[in-house]
Amino acid sequence: MSTTNAQQVEERLVEAIASFGPDASEVTRDATFEELDIDSLDLVELGQIAEDEFGVRIEPDDMKQMRTVGDAIDFVAARA
Amino acid sequence: MTDGGCALVTGGSRGIGAAISVSLASVGRPVAVNYRSDRDAAERVIADIEAGGGSAVALPGDVSRQEDVDALFGAAEERLGPVLVLVNNAGTRADGLSPQLRDDDWDQVLATNLSGPFRTTRRALGPMLRARHGRIVNIASIVGARANPGQSNYAASKAGLIGFTKTVAAEVARRGVTVNAVAPGLVETDMTEGVGRELLAAVPARRAGTPEEVAACVRFLASDEAAYVTGATLTVDGGLTA
Repeated sequence: MSTTNAQQVEERLVEAIASFGPDASEVTRDATFEELDIDSLDLVELGQIAEDEFGVRIEPDDMKQMRTVGDAIDFVAARA
Repeated sequence: MTDGGCALVTGGSRGIGAAISVSLASVGRPVAVNYRSDRDAAERVIADIEAGGGSAVALPGDVSRQEDVDALFGAAEERLGPVLVLVNNAGTRADGLSPQLRDDDWDQVLATNLSGPFRTTRRALGPMLRARHGRIVNIASIVGARANPGQSNYAASKAGLIGFTKTVAAEVARRGVTVNAVAPGLVETDMTEGVGRELLAAVPARRAGTPEEVAACVRFLASDEAAYVTGATLTVDGGLTA
């Protein structure tokens, strides 16, 4: 995993999450999906972006483990 | 159409599916006409559409097979753009009274009529959700809500399709994607030939419907004007179930 890759993943996923409703300034690594009002359909879409753009498939069981924005970024960045 | 997407009509080469393909193309929507076995019929639909100034391609595939569904969408996207209208029309029958139905009769009808729409819908939803726009129309049947002895497998598949329609509609409504069903009654096609003649007397309209009358309803549900209609089943039966 290169630094560039991790940074790209973070930027893209933060952008995507912000597009689901929350203000971009609220989308920090520590923010939980619950706080951001990100629901299961949003997470499904986030998973599709990860798969289409980074080739990382997030299985439903893995998705259930993700609580924060950082969890999702780390999961995808580690496999991108 | 201004969204740049195409329509995919499964089982679009004959009967109601052919009429739907022609109808959607008539309002400027490029159409992927899927067929399972009758390539000549699909080519005739393409010729009809092109003669009317529309654009369409014929794409083979059996919706009961996941690999065919993947190939079908890949080809449609490559040739016509994202699939933003999906019409799950492909259907089959294998009639018989319940005590005599073979496993094959049951499995094949459920695989095509219910599992097929699930597989195509699953594949279609990703791009639709991301586009914040999509229309899915499932061709059900009044047999999904009304008994027709000899068609328990078909009835189960169509009732299941209506339930599927409602729940998926609720799941994706806030993304601008609508999911509806159209439930035809007695319609003149190859598939209904020889069945339901006795039903005709019970139809308040006193005639069978035409594929074009069903297609017009699909065209409406696929339009921008139908944006607030979702999870609905539009019955097109000349009053048979009224």
